[in-house]
Amino acid sequence: MTMTLPRTTVTEQEWRKAADRLAAGENSLLGLWGDDGCVHMALLGGRDIAVLTYVCKDGSYPSVGAVHAPAIRLERAIGSLFGFAAAGSPDTRPWLDLGFWDVAHPLGKQEPARKPAPYAFLPAEGEALHQIPVGPVHAGIIEPGHFRFTANGEHVVRLEQRLGYVHKGIEQLMRGAGLEQAGKLAGRASGDSTVAYSIAFAQAVEAALQIKAPPRAAYLRALMAELERLANHFGDIGAICNDATFALMHAQTGILRERTLRAADACFGHRLMMDAVVPGGVARDIAADGPAAVQALVAEVRKVFPRLIELYDSTASLQDRTVTTGIVKPEYARLFAAGGYVGRASGRDFDARRMPGYAPYDELSFEVPVLQDGDVNARVWIRIREVEQSLALIDQILDRLPAGEISVPVPAQGETREGLALVEAFRGDILVYVRIGIDGRIERCHLRDASWFQWPLLEVAIEGNIVADFPLCNKSFNCSYSGHDL
Amino acid sequence: MRKTLLESLTHGPLTEPAPAPDEAGLAELAQSVDRAARARLGRSLSIREVDAGSCNGCELEIHALSNAFYDLERLGLRFVASPRHADVLMVTGPVTKNMREALLRTYNAAPDPKWVVAVGACAANGGIFAGSYAVAGGVKDVLPVDLHIPGCPPTPKALLAGLLALLQTAA
Repeated sequence: MTMTLPRTTVTEQEWRKAADRLAAGENSLLGLWGDDGCVHMALLGGRDIAVLTYVCKDGSYPSVGAVHAPAIRLERAIGSLFGFAAAGSPDTRPWLDLGFWDVAHPLGKQEPARKPAPYAFLPAEGEALHQIPVGPVHAGIIEPGHFRFTANGEHVVRLEQRLGYVHKGIEQLMRGAGLEQAGKLAGRASGDSTVAYSIAFAQAVEAALQIKAPPRAAYLRALMAELERLANHFGDIGAICNDATFALMHAQTGILRERTLRAADACFGHRLMMDAVVPGGVARDIAADGPAAVQALVAEVRKVFPRLIELYDSTASLQDRTVTTGIVKPEYARLFAAGGYVGRASGRDFDARRMPGYAPYDELSFEVPVLQDGDVNARVWIRIREVEQSLALIDQILDRLPAGEISVPVPAQGETREGLALVEAFRGDILVYVRIGIDGRIERCHLRDASWFQWPLLEVAIEGNIVADFPLCNKSFNCSYSGHDL
Repeated sequence: MRKTLLESLTHGPLTEPAPAPDEAGLAELAQSVDRAARARLGRSLSIREVDAGSCNGCELEIHALSNAFYDLERLGLRFVASPRHADVLMVTGPVTKNMREALLRTYNAAPDPKWVVAVGACAANGGIFAGSYAVAGGVKDVLPVDLHIPGCPPTPKALLAGLLALLQTAA
């Protein structure tokens, strides 16, 4: 989905009304972020996306989080990065700023940082409760973050996350950057979704400049996106089973993942396909022997994968770990507008490829799997079904790949332009807002990962489960740390 | 399950021959490893991976080292969960200011002798993230680094070549 921005500056009353409509479930929150002297809020209602802007008076704006909980962390991040206060917010603790920076609110009014107060984790009271602090450095080869468990024996009473350890200041680095440099930064927001981020950034820029990538580029982008989805879903399915100590599945899906990355490398010269998508099109065409490599991959997956699904489904000891574990109730998925397999495993029928939709998916046929159970098992099954859909999409893409140019020029416009894009990564929808200045450089770019609305649900999902099932729940979410922390 | 297991017995192994040790890596390491350390470690190294701020791209390729194609453990290299069990810290990413202290603590928790391998373009000097208010720099700005493995992210082959250079020199 791309759009040139119909962005509306609203009054305090209108801002509050929008918050109330979110709370009532009439709209979904797509994003809430800071800018120079103002905050923006992106909303989804039906097929329409709207962006509201509130000019901060005295450095403050009416809290959305006060009535709509999913906004709370976004507001805390605005507080840490821009210094704007969310008036009336139930939680004003910093977010992302862990007290190690030299500057306070680095994207807003920069001031020398003061010594931070100790971070107050939310309390849990009761007899025989104990706390288990985990991280930021975890026991596996994964990203860093802090989890504070309060447990009663084996049962988790409360989990609270503290994130921000991999905050690199990406949005600040983007300010003043040229499109090429900013595109590279966007492509490194979350390495596992580098293609999706590059597409989202490119689409936002194209919307702002009112240009359109040629059809061949759109199809090649979709091919890359589906290869990325396949690779990640294979990795996730195996890793979830591995956390239930079912290593055989991990070994088998590891082979499929490696074959997928090799096919990507054969097509586009990079295993993760970094920097292959650029504003205006794609940086390189598919290699001459690329389609054959992808067809061989698809054939191999179709041969092996059904047997692995059967293995997953018929292994009682594995099912015992995944079925009814880590349930996200549908009302929470709806409230948080959770994207990807987290939302779709809990009844939220949303996929940015279909709605609002973007090229070439409007010309391709595919189904969006939705389940209601919301447990680890459902999140595995959504991935399984999406693998099947991606294979079907790849067939269609290779069949219909149009000839022609792979990019159009990206002209400077001589005026300030804004654009927005909503793109479906393997993990869920990514929102990108971009404002390009007269000189063609980035004035402001905001990247909102799907994880922002999934991390809080992990806190809910683990409640009442045993500590030993946390890795399983966590892996079934596979939220991004880097994409969230930026 | 039985069919999958039987088939994996009959078709040959997927594992590919290991690449030659990285020449540049060997030269870099020649200075940092002494004979006493070799005697103590034998021919195996335990690796603790630390993400000090990466985009997660490097982690994906480090994970790939354990798949059937690269099978790291056949070479005497293995990943461990605790820095207390580690001979090598494999650090990815620019070191963010938020991770600097955690990285230092992890380093201090690993027993001597130990080596630090900086993985990826960001770990070398902060890469594309250098100069940010939130980034302390490359790994060498925080810890003594014995080996750099370049790439964004390095391919599993490049990672293997670098680690083999370390193994040849250290073990």
